[in-house]
Amino acid sequence: MALMQIAEPDEARAHRPRRRAIGIDLGTTNSLVGTVRDDGIAIVLPDADGRTLVPSIVHYGASGVAAGYDAVAAQTADPQNTIVSVKRLMGRGLSDLADARRFPYRFVDAPGMVRIGTRDGEKSPVEVSADILRALRERAEIALGGPVDAAVVTVPAYFDDAQRQATKDAARLAGLPVLRLLNEPTAAAVAYGLDHGIEGTYAVYDLGGGTFDISILRLTRGVFEVLATNGDSALGGDDFDHRVFCWILEAAKVSPPSPEDTRLLLLRAREAKEMLTGHEAAPIVATLSTGQRIDLSLTAAMFSEITRTLIEKTLAPTRRALRDAGLEPTDLDGVVLVGGATRMREVRRAVAGFFGQAPLTNLNPDEVVALGAAMQANALAGNRGRDDDWLLLDVIPLSLGLETIGGLAEKIVPRNATLPVTRAQDFTTWRDGQTAMAIHVVQGERERVDDCRSLARFELRGIPPMVAGAARIRVTFQVDADGLLSVSAREQETGVEASIAVKPSYGLSDDEIARMLRDSFEHAANDMAARALAEARVEADHVAMATQGALASDGDLLAADERTAIDAALARVRSARDGADAAAVRRAVEDLNRATIEFATRRMDRGVRQALAGRAIDTLA
Amino acid sequence: MIDFARNHFELLGLPARYAIDVRALEDAYRTLQRAVHPDRHAASDDATRRLSLQAASRVNEAYRTLADPVERARYLLSLKGVDAFDESDTALAFDFLERQLDRRERAELAATARDEPALESLLGEVRREAAATESVVAALLDSQGALPEARERLRELKFLDRLAGDVDAMLAEAGP
Repeated sequence: MALMQIAEPDEARAHRPRRRAIGIDLGTTNSLVGTVRDDGIAIVLPDADGRTLVPSIVHYGASGVAAGYDAVAAQTADPQNTIVSVKRLMGRGLSDLADARRFPYRFVDAPGMVRIGTRDGEKSPVEVSADILRALRERAEIALGGPVDAAVVTVPAYFDDAQRQATKDAARLAGLPVLRLLNEPTAAAVAYGLDHGIEGTYAVYDLGGGTFDISILRLTRGVFEVLATNGDSALGGDDFDHRVFCWILEAAKVSPPSPEDTRLLLLRAREAKEMLTGHEAAPIVATLSTGQRIDLSLTAAMFSEITRTLIEKTLAPTRRALRDAGLEPTDLDGVVLVGGATRMREVRRAVAGFFGQAPLTNLNPDEVVALGAAMQANALAGNRGRDDDWLLLDVIPLSLGLETIGGLAEKIVPRNATLPVTRAQDFTTWRDGQTAMAIHVVQGERERVDDCRSLARFELRGIPPMVAGAARIRVTFQVDADGLLSVSAREQETGVEASIAVKPSYGLSDDEIARMLRDSFEHAANDMAARALAEARVEADHVAMATQGALASDGDLLAADERTAIDAALARVRSARDGADAAAVRRAVEDLNRATIEFATRRMDRGVRQALAGRAIDTLA
Repeated sequence: MIDFARNHFELLGLPARYAIDVRALEDAYRTLQRAVHPDRHAASDDATRRLSLQAASRVNEAYRTLADPVERARYLLSLKGVDAFDESDTALAFDFLERQLDRRERAELAATARDEPALESLLGEVRREAAATESVVAALLDSQGALPEARERLRELKFLDRLAGDVDAMLAEAGP
């Protein structure tokens, strides 16, 4: 379909330099970083030894922090200071971890999110993830020859607000300019869909190391529309390893093992699982620290038997997603498998049986998410080519609501609402003369707030005393394209307002991020002022370029005096940018942002008109 | 910026009537989102990004409302000053209610007995009545303009939709 170019004409795009854009798949077991090359091909970036994966492992050792392959050996040698599968801890309190005893860590209960005691002090899962992300950023900077301008980080589609916020915080902590959090199955659909030019309705079944997602998407002329998503954010390949581990303990009559032996046997369990994707039996051989020697053989039949209930656990969310999408299993044009755990034959058989068709496996289940994220980062950064006119419409996985009288949750935004979404609901006071209202924001599908995840609490104060039921308090939920929520409340008669970006009860406060950033710079002996200036300059260049492009394509929307004011603000940004004062650069950028508000409004209006006009012509043709 | 005074039909460039061309609706929705969605403005200045968030939310709301048969009828009535689900008037015809209560009872019995065929046939029954009611609502709204009657039928349609949803959920529970 021929669409009008509304962003900017080709000549403006042609002399714009490409920005360094990367997509990151931050996985439970392995992470990857990808980019789109100048020729438009998406690739995964390897290290100097040609390895594309980065094991999601961080070792806090006596001689410093190591992440990735450098931390692998420490898993068994120093298990308590070597953090694996940290993704399962993101945005989770100790009480959320039904399986806390499975990890060989010294957990410390902390408000909001659990912490892990290490040799290097207590670490939040956000900090551990940031150490993995830093390794990925460094790999990308070496490959791309300079600092990253734009990053997209993927998250499981079924991650709730707390888990998403934690991921975004980790990326900020790692110094990544995050343009978007992208759902993993959606990223896979983009990479697969654009590569194969498919249309129709598809399911993406994504079983990773620690999370399971199922997304149903409709692909129509370059628009990827998620119809429904569901999943289990604590179910993945790790759980299959753990079943094998338990089988080893029983079969070899091992008494409760030490942390070192636990890690060793979990590794052997994983190796056996991986071997069984192509063999009928796998040997399990190990010598424990007690001197006990283990020599077992796990057959494929036994493996199927002990992991059957895990596979069934993926089919219940799959049924729910289909029901929410209003579809039957046989309505789909294809089923795409994503995630290393979908290499298991048991998974492939179960999926084929459920959907009545063989799943599509002509893609690398480890890399497809990072490739999709790279494509999205490239497009968001403004590096779109002429044929890159695609769009993602994603959904929120879990309903958002408020606590009402009696401990019940009132849903405001239903699950599977397309993002971004804004919804408001009116509430009233229930006591005469009530002047404050407590607002408790929750996420989940259950009726009772105790069964949902608590995201934030805040108070609307200064309501004028009225009889019960007279006040009209409008609570507005806004969920942005990252799936992150902000909530505001306003008394309609008096205009008393309160608002909150949903962070304090689970995410890190801005102060905490600033402190951690300071600490990490001291660690790296980095010059903070130089970094701040560099960041301010990147932002200044970016805003100046965006404004210049807008003036080139839509300058006719401005009167002469308006144009003069914007040109002057633009000139001030450019001169401040060449100076050495980071604060002055930021001020000039803010001034330019303010000067272009009205211009932006007119451009968006023109965009809408042209889009609809384009459609009218299209319909006639 | 999107003119917030425009109604959902105007925003999507469609005639304000119940009978809707679903393909035209979907095309207009995707076309508008291509223009306003935050992903199309991620590299823009602050003001544009904020506007894009508001505009895309507004387009989503318009599409969601018009794509759903009950919501579309409710919205059309609200444009004509009629509040379809006003809580001060929730009456439904006696014979209608009696029929649905009887069905609900049968559904619960079948669910307890895990009798899938019975639930299936009940679901078909409810959906057929919903489809018939929807055609009546459409005719009342588009050609006859009989608003009070359209309102009553719409309330029945919503009731049937909810019942179908409940039976569907029971069916899922009763399944393997």
